[in-house]
Amino acid sequence: MPEKTPLFETHQKMGAKLVDYSGWMMPVQYVSALKEHAAVREAVGLFDASHMGEFELRGAKALETVNRLVCNDVSLCADGQAMYAGLLNEAGGFVDDVIVYRHSAEHMVLCVNAGNIAKDWAWVCQHIAGSGVTAENQSAQTGMLALQGPKAVDVLSTVGKLFSGQAVAQLKRYHFAEGEAAGIACTLSRTGYTGEDGFELYCSASKTEALWWALLEAGKPWGIMPCGLGARDSLRLEMKYPLHGQDIDDNHTPFEAKLNWIVKMKKEAFLGKGALEKQKEKGVERLWVGFVMVDPGIPRTGYAVFHNGKQVGTVTSGNFGPSVQRAIGMAYIDSVCAQDGTVLEVEIRERKAKAQTVKTPFWQKGA
Amino acid sequence: MAEQIPNNCRYTQDHEWVRADGKLAVVGISFHAQDTLGDVVYVELPPVGAWVSAGKAFGVVESTKAVSELFAPVSGKVLKVNEALVSNPQLVNTEPYEQGWLIEIEMSAPEELGVLMDAAAYETFLHSTH
Repeated sequence: MPEKTPLFETHQKMGAKLVDYSGWMMPVQYVSALKEHAAVREAVGLFDASHMGEFELRGAKALETVNRLVCNDVSLCADGQAMYAGLLNEAGGFVDDVIVYRHSAEHMVLCVNAGNIAKDWAWVCQHIAGSGVTAENQSAQTGMLALQGPKAVDVLSTVGKLFSGQAVAQLKRYHFAEGEAAGIACTLSRTGYTGEDGFELYCSASKTEALWWALLEAGKPWGIMPCGLGARDSLRLEMKYPLHGQDIDDNHTPFEAKLNWIVKMKKEAFLGKGALEKQKEKGVERLWVGFVMVDPGIPRTGYAVFHNGKQVGTVTSGNFGPSVQRAIGMAYIDSVCAQDGTVLEVEIRERKAKAQTVKTPFWQKGA
Repeated sequence: MAEQIPNNCRYTQDHEWVRADGKLAVVGISFHAQDTLGDVVYVELPPVGAWVSAGKAFGVVESTKAVSELFAPVSGKVLKVNEALVSNPQLVNTEPYEQGWLIEIEMSAPEELGVLMDAAAYETFLHSTH
């Protein structure tokens, strides 16, 4: 039986199409994935992200312990700052990609992918053993909503406040603070998975539905739309944000995924560092690139990618990009042909369709 | 339901519709099919002059969430393909029985229409399977 978020019945009542997404019954769309995508790019949309997991780590050595678990350097964060990072295995592959919330050097929260909660939890527990840091899996008790789009700040400003007294609009990108929205206590984080300005709100699971309705009500003047995973996927695709389990996994390293910026090799020791050092020395054999289709057709996960008649890789994600108005995709391909502008062929139903690698993100505001 | 299952069409179990006029037959996908697929973003159709066979795949319709094969309700030669879908595939969603049609066929065996469901049978079929 797939798991359900606190909003499962709400989604049903609202007429959403529900699908089993990595073990969770989630709305794929309410009305139209394209309209929901557009709402987020142009105004504001609201997503249920309660399927995501949250691990709370506390202890005198929380900072150094988390810093040993992830490849990014959390010591570079101020308290109240969030950071994207990889949770790597000994081979340098992604156990998961996570957001680290640094409440303080003694208190960190990891936000992990829904499909990986059990695996990540076991991994974290195993690797913090002996550090004196205690971990708590808060995933089931925590609800999470993502309010995304250029108008998200306006919507949240009407119903939200930070306990610090700072205005919601003053919260900087990739920063978070405790506060409330419509009277519901939550952590307000200026983060997201869409490429737009916006917030992710963490609250008690039991309050998630009230928060959901309050935000939809507050967003009415801006034409807010409830959004499903369809829009979430096309939005992240246009930004070339990886999806764990599809674009990155245990067998792919941050270097291969061109996520070098989340790897801090100067940091003392962290899981996977040894393997990454070796890979850096040898050079990567494959790279995760973005490409646009030149010929008609839509690239999909698993399609073979060719260059000069030879298979050089496989598509990890692809779809029609609603904002860029063309078919786009990502693939790991041999690093020798991974530079921008390389002409590729994607095998779509036994036909070789021309494609070309491009600079990413595919979509840029105002471009 | 008349809007969603017009009486002047016949239907396949794969949710294509066909509207015949003499030997000519216009083919599309049903309201139910487009609703299940979600936003259509790409349609791949055979060239004019191609032959299609009843029950065999003749093209593909892709939505933001799925790739789905199209099966010919009847056999024959493709006389026209809906070129408007190249730039506006969403017509399949907004007007599945009108501007969102897919191909027009000159039927080689119009008696094949007889095995397809009429609107009432298709409605019963939808209720029995969904």
